[in-house]
Amino acid sequence: MVVREETEYTIKGIKLSILSPDEIRKMSVVAITVPDTYDEEWTPIPFGLMDSRLGTIEPLQSCATCGERMESCPGHFGRIELIRPVLHVGFIKNIYQALQATCVECKRILLKKETIEKLHALIKKYVDRNQPYFANLLINLASKKASKTDICPHCKTQQPKIKFERPFYFYEEGEKGSKLLSPYDIYERFKQIPESDAILLGFIPPSRPEYTILFVLPVPPISIRPSITLETGERSEDDLTHKLGDIVRTNEKLKQSIDSGSPQLIIDEHWNLLQFHVATYIDNEIAGLAQSVHRSGRPLKTLAQRLKGKEGRFRNNLSGKRVNFSTRTVVSPDPFISINEVGIPYEAALKLTIPEAVTAWNIERLRRAVINGTEVHPGANYVIRPDGRQIDLRFVKDRTQLAQQLGPGWIVERHLLDGELVIFNRQPSLHRLSVMAHRIKVLPGKTLRINPMVCPPYNADFDGDEMNLFVPQSPEARAELEEIMTVEKQIQTPRYGGSIIGALHDYITSAFLLTRKGTKLNRFVAAFVMGMGEYKGELKTSGREIFESFLPEIDYENKPMAVFDEDDKLLIIKKGKIIKGVIDHNAIGDQKNKTLISKIYFNYGPSAAAAFLDKTSKMLLGFLDHYGFSIGLDDLHLDESVYKEVDALIAKHFEKVNEYIEKYNRGELEREPGATIEETLEQRIMDELNIARDEAGKLVEKYFSKDNSILITAKTGARGKMLNLFHMTACIGQQALRGKRINRGYENRTLSHFKKGDISPAARGFIKSNYIKGLSPIEFFFHAVSGREGLVDTAVRTSQSGYMQRRLINALLDLHAEYDGTVRDSEGNIIQFRYGEDGVDPSKSYGHDPVDLDGIIKEVLEE
Amino acid sequence: MAKKDSFNILEHELVPKHVVLSKEEAKELLRTLNIMPHQLPWIRENDPVCRKIGAKRGDIIKIIRKSHTAKEAVFYRYVVPRWVK
Repeated sequence: MVVREETEYTIKGIKLSILSPDEIRKMSVVAITVPDTYDEEWTPIPFGLMDSRLGTIEPLQSCATCGERMESCPGHFGRIELIRPVLHVGFIKNIYQALQATCVECKRILLKKETIEKLHALIKKYVDRNQPYFANLLINLASKKASKTDICPHCKTQQPKIKFERPFYFYEEGEKGSKLLSPYDIYERFKQIPESDAILLGFIPPSRPEYTILFVLPVPPISIRPSITLETGERSEDDLTHKLGDIVRTNEKLKQSIDSGSPQLIIDEHWNLLQFHVATYIDNEIAGLAQSVHRSGRPLKTLAQRLKGKEGRFRNNLSGKRVNFSTRTVVSPDPFISINEVGIPYEAALKLTIPEAVTAWNIERLRRAVINGTEVHPGANYVIRPDGRQIDLRFVKDRTQLAQQLGPGWIVERHLLDGELVIFNRQPSLHRLSVMAHRIKVLPGKTLRINPMVCPPYNADFDGDEMNLFVPQSPEARAELEEIMTVEKQIQTPRYGGSIIGALHDYITSAFLLTRKGTKLNRFVAAFVMGMGEYKGELKTSGREIFESFLPEIDYENKPMAVFDEDDKLLIIKKGKIIKGVIDHNAIGDQKNKTLISKIYFNYGPSAAAAFLDKTSKMLLGFLDHYGFSIGLDDLHLDESVYKEVDALIAKHFEKVNEYIEKYNRGELEREPGATIEETLEQRIMDELNIARDEAGKLVEKYFSKDNSILITAKTGARGKMLNLFHMTACIGQQALRGKRINRGYENRTLSHFKKGDISPAARGFIKSNYIKGLSPIEFFFHAVSGREGLVDTAVRTSQSGYMQRRLINALLDLHAEYDGTVRDSEGNIIQFRYGEDGVDPSKSYGHDPVDLDGIIKEVLEE
Repeated sequence: MAKKDSFNILEHELVPKHVVLSKEEAKELLRTLNIMPHQLPWIRENDPVCRKIGAKRGDIIKIIRKSHTAKEAVFYRYVVPRWVK
C-alpha cells in the first residue's frame, strides 16, 4: 500500500487569483526573445523557446536552472515581455463589465456611497457566515446594477456608452462619435479603481482589474510542451511551442517597427496581430476569430483546448484514467458456472495479480507460486522485498532459491485464484448493476464467460459484446466487494421492487413443460435431470415433484402467464409443494415483480436465491435436453382453408374502410371533436385496420395445437409475444411512419402503382400477407419503410438519452441519503426531507409495496 | 384578462398547502435537522404564494404536498430575498 510521505505543509484550501505582471516576472527564469528552438546541432538556442533554463526533456541532461535530471526537474517558467499590452481573452467579459460599471472620470464604481457600504457589510456578513454563494450573488448583482447607471453618483459625470465588438474591441461612444479604447486606455482606467470598488466588480485581492491586461506573457516550461522525434528522425514541436513562436516573432517585428519609426498604421497592424496570436494561444475556438492552424491545415490545440471537452484534461485524464490490473474482451455464455462467477481465460489469469504479504500461514503457497513463476498458472509475477525493491520474476534465473528467501515482510504479487472477487462491468454503465463483483474461475478459451442469467442487469448479449474486468488490490476493497457488490446481492434491483435476475428463454419453457400436469419421467431420465441440478436425496419421477425438490419450504402465490388449463389459473405453492398451477415467466422470470426468486431472496437471503437459480437452471436445461424442444416451419403452416378465412375477414374490414371513404366523399362523415373531417376519416380507417389485424390473429389462434412450440414460448413468456406469431401466420397489418399510415413519396400517392389520392388500405401501407405466405413487392417496400424508421429512431434515441443521462449524473453525483432519512448534497444542503418522499428503498420493497403485507398476513393466519 | 386577485391561488388544486412556521417551530426544525436555514430548499420572497400568505425573508415555510409514493409529504422552504437566484 502507498503510504503518504511526511510533508512540511498541509493543504487546507486553494484560492485562485489572477497573476500580476510582477509575479509573472518573479517566477520567470528567462525572457524569451528568439522565436527559434534548436540550432543545427540540436542544442537549444539561448533566449529561444527551448532555452535550457526552462527545464530539460532529454533523459541524461541536467536542467540549467535547478541542476536536476529530467525525472526530478519540474520545469521552470519563462516570459515574453510584450512591447505593447494586449487583452486576456479569457477575461474579456469581466473587462467589459468593469468598463461599464466604472466612471470614466473618477474611476469609481457607479453605485451610491450608501449602497457600496451596505453591500460591503452584507458581503462581510455572508463571508463570515461561510455562505460564499450569497456573497458572489451580491457581487454579480452589484456590477450589473452599476453597468446600468448613466450618471456617476460620485462626480455626476454623464457616462458614455461602452460598445463591445467581438472578439476584443471596445469603443467609447461619446458625443464626438465612437473612440476605440486601446489596452493602454483600459489599463489606465482600471489602475485607478480603488480596491473596495474592485471587490464589488468581482476582483478579490490579490486579483486586480488591470491584471486582465497582459504586459508580460508567461512561457510554460518545456515539460508542458515537449518536442517529439518521429521515426524518420524528424523533430516535431508541440502546438503550444508553435504558437509561442508566432507571438515572439510578432512581438519582435512590432518592436522593430516602433524602433524604426514606422507609420502608426503599420504599428497598429502588428499590434493587432500580436493581440490575435495571444488570444488564440489562450483559446483557439473563440467565436468571430479565425482559427490558428498548423502547416497541414489542422487547427492548433492551445491552452483552452487542452482542458476542454471529452478529450480534455478533465474528462479524459482526470475523471477517466486508464488503470492496470484490468482486462477487456468478448463475453460469451456459460450456463454451467454460477451467476456469481466469471470465467476468465488462462492467459488473462497469468497477467492479473494480487499483492499478498507473506505470513507463516501462506508462506508455503506463496513459495510454490514463486517457483511456478510467470508462465504456470497459480504462479506469481513480481516479488517485493522488505526493502521495497520489486523483483520481476521473468528475469529471475533460480526461482527456487528466491522462494526459499521469502519470509514475513515480503510481498508476492501472485496470480488470481479461483473464487477470488473481481469487479465486472459493461458499458454504458447506466445503473448500479452495470458494475458487479464476480468470483473468478479460470477456464480454457479466450473469452470472458458469464452465466446468461446475469445478462439483464448488464444488458449484455453475445453478439460481440465486450466487458471490462478489474482486480481489486487491497483487502479493504475485496471486503467491500464481498459485502455490497456481489451479483447475488443485486438480484433485487434498486430500480423497482422486483428481481432483475431470473430464468430466461429455454429455462422458462423447460419449467413450464416440467411442471404442467401429467409430466412424468422414467427413473433414468429423472435421475439425470435431478443430478444436473446437483440434487442429493430421494428420486422423484413426476415433473412437479422434481421441481419441488429444488424449492425451499416456502409459501408463494401468483398468476401464471400461460393458461392452457383451467386448473392452472393460479399458481399456489405451500411449504415448498406445488398445490396447483404451472411455473413460468411470472414465477421465475427476469425483470419481474413478485417472483418466486424475490420471495426466496427475502425469506432465505441472497445466497439461497443464487443457489436456487444456479441449481434449478441446470436441472431445467437437463430436462429440456431430454424432452427435446424445437421450433420449425411446421409450427407455422396452416391449412389453406384458414388462409381463405383470413382473406375473407380482411376483405370484410376493407369493405368497411371503403364505406368510410365513400361516406367521406359524399360529405356525410361526421367530424370528431377536436379533429378535422380528414383526421376523423384517417382515425376511423386506422381503428378499423387494427381491428382487422387483431381479429385475423384471433382467428388463427384457434387452429394451433396446445403443443405448438411457438405458442408455448409466447404464452409462457419464454420468448416472443403472440403478436409475433400472428405476424408470421395471419396478417402483418398496418405499417406506420411517424405514427401515421405511410403517406409520403410521390404527389398525393405513396408509389406510382396507385392512383393519385388513393387512400385505400393497400395504398397506404397495409400488409395483408404474413411472413409465411410472403409479402408482395409493394408490401415489402412499405415494410422496409417502417423498418428503416425504427433503425433511425434507435440511433437518434441512444445519443439523446446518453447526453440526458450524463447531465443527470453530473447534477445528482454527490447526493446521498443521510442516516436521518433526508437526502443531502456534499455541503449538507437538503434536497429531499425523506428519501423518495416515503423513505423506502425499492430494492428492499416487494413489488409496489414497502413490505409483502398480504404474504405475511397469510403466513401468520395459517400458523 | 381577469381582474387582479379575482381568484385565490391558494385554492387552486395544483397549489399545495403552505404554512409559515412560527419562530419556535422554525428553531425546532433546524435543530432536529442540524442545519443552517440556508441549507433548506429556497423560495423567493416575491413568489406568488409567499406574497399571498405574507411570508417575509428569513421565514421558513412548511409545504404539505401530495405524493405518489407516500400519500402526503412534508417539505420546508427557506424564504430568501428576491435578488437571490
